[in-house]
Amino acid sequence: MTKRITKEFADLQTEPPEDMKVDLITENDLFKWVVTINGPKDTPYAGGLFLVHVILPNEYPFKPPVINWKTKIYHPNVTNDGKGTMCLGFLRDGEWKPSSRMAAALEYVRQLMIEPVPDDAVDPAIAEEYKNNRKQFFKTAKQWTTTYAKP
Amino acid sequence: MDSDDDYNSGMSSQEDGFEEELQESGDDSMGEDFEDDEPDMGFGQDKDIMKPRKKAYEVDYRIYRPEEIIEQQDKQIEEVSAILGQPSEASAILLRYLRWNKERLVESYMDRPEAVLEKAGLGPDGGRAPRIEPVPGFTCTICFEDEPGAQTYGMKCGHRYCVDCYRQYLAQKIQGEGEAARIQCPKDGCSRILDSKSVDLLATANLKDRYETLLTRTYVDDLNNLKWCPAPNCEYAIECGVKRQELNKIVPTVTCHCTHRFCFGCTLMDHQPTPCSLVKMWMKKCEDDSETANWISANTKECPKCGSTIEKNGGCNHMTCRKCKHEFCWICMGLWSEHGTSWYNCNRFEEKSGLDGRDQQAKSRRSLERYLHYYNRFANHEQSAKLDKDLYNKTEKKMISLQTSSGLSWIEVQFLQTASQALQQCRQTLKWTYAFAYYLARNNLTEIFEVNQKDLEMAVEGLSEMFEKQTAELSGLKVDIMDKTAYCLQRRVILLEDTAVNLKTGEQTPCGLN
Repeated sequence: MTKRITKEFADLQTEPPEDMKVDLITENDLFKWVVTINGPKDTPYAGGLFLVHVILPNEYPFKPPVINWKTKIYHPNVTNDGKGTMCLGFLRDGEWKPSSRMAAALEYVRQLMIEPVPDDAVDPAIAEEYKNNRKQFFKTAKQWTTTYAKP
Repeated sequence: MDSDDDYNSGMSSQEDGFEEELQESGDDSMGEDFEDDEPDMGFGQDKDIMKPRKKAYEVDYRIYRPEEIIEQQDKQIEEVSAILGQPSEASAILLRYLRWNKERLVESYMDRPEAVLEKAGLGPDGGRAPRIEPVPGFTCTICFEDEPGAQTYGMKCGHRYCVDCYRQYLAQKIQGEGEAARIQCPKDGCSRILDSKSVDLLATANLKDRYETLLTRTYVDDLNNLKWCPAPNCEYAIECGVKRQELNKIVPTVTCHCTHRFCFGCTLMDHQPTPCSLVKMWMKKCEDDSETANWISANTKECPKCGSTIEKNGGCNHMTCRKCKHEFCWICMGLWSEHGTSWYNCNRFEEKSGLDGRDQQAKSRRSLERYLHYYNRFANHEQSAKLDKDLYNKTEKKMISLQTSSGLSWIEVQFLQTASQALQQCRQTLKWTYAFAYYLARNNLTEIFEVNQKDLEMAVEGLSEMFEKQTAELSGLKVDIMDKTAYCLQRRVILLEDTAVNLKTGEQTPCGLN
């Protein structure tokens, strides 16, 4: 699958998704990417710089990529356990298709920053707050952005 | 909507083909009793399923081998295929989509065929029969290989990929994820379901076998009246018509060919006479309470005001409830304020507040003691059943040596095996009678139940005691043991029968059932 991954990576260099920059973690390993995300505007993450590791499993693209947030982020769909995993929608085993692209996966991640999915949350407390006390959610998320996502 | 009803009407037509097997694979008594006009236990509307039988606590059921399950599936697929004019691989997908409800499928298909096909994952049809072939100038959009002459495959949706990718995709789904019935086309956004013909074309023999096994598994899982026997390594499936909403009135217990006896309602081990929902409540209660309840009973008291459980952790008798701040004396349970400041040891007994406090205390103790009464007996029978079994295993060894020394034949030893099995079965029932009794209100029927319980318990303990005799004595006790075994089994049947009838007719409704 080297051909596919090389092509996807090259495409992401010439045409990176909005607010994102994609690099390899180490030069000779095509399966480990680091994505730098500028927090999208009009979100509590705006102004922050977030690092996300994307690990392509050996079975890729028959299995979905694994997303790990290296920068702490206050978000109902990201685990707050030091691993920062994200596992929903088509990032899940059952929903990912081999023809799905990393570009789409990254765009999905960005979309989730703009609009979290509280009904499929990994952190129920944050989801609850996002649903019922949006103001407080924004406040904390913003605070975390300034504390942890310094550019 | 009431899918159960639809579903059952769907099944009835399929039963025809298995009529012959009914006699041999079910219980022996099944055949003759159908004509009897026994009193209707309130299940008149289900007469075709709940055929009147000799015992109120027994249910009709059938055991299927895996091959029979596959045959059953195939038969339905062929039938639907003939009616709808769809190829069998598509009919299978349609049937799975509507959980094998044939009537509903035919009806909705006749109504709006396109919509049904689309929803089932058989959307827009490219027309051409799918096959493996090279396509000039092809680049696979999964691996981006573009080697000329490479073999490609695509289903009727027209999304083609190289055969290698398609195969790896299948292997990942079938072996990696255990998926079979809902594997979609590899194209993102395409919800076309992979049909068995495609699997035949692409997969290795191993993978195909796994695929078939998974499909059969989903078939049984999809149907409410079919369940796999939960015993490890058992391959049989059991069909039983008892519906979920009847589980408060009947405890559908079945015995698989592998000898495993379990409840069809919840697939737990035989828990007659206790209905499934009570079993759940009881087990939850035991999990939460039993370990701690004994300790609580021995080491704590309840606050006379708010009922919180309090452990005395020091020598002083002046207690202050953490929860309600009530101050009382540990010894007499009376108000501490009435003790005055000079009291160090409590020697008062007659004061009113102390009496009230002890009253409250006694009440909450009683409910705890009541629970422990039932729990300890429940646990005891479980434990005894294990010990009986151990004892039998030891005895069996001794009997073998006795056989050689005293010239007893193997057949003459068999009564012990029978007795041991009876003991196990009776203890299992006894055990659950204590969970059941915990939820019973005090009335005449409960008293009758307790008499039955006592009779069975005495018989069982009697038999158990005989078992403990020295090996040399056992052969002399043969007739007694055989008699006692028969008596135990008889007492068990009487208890189960009485309880089942009262449960069915609604005469006796344990608390917690509605």
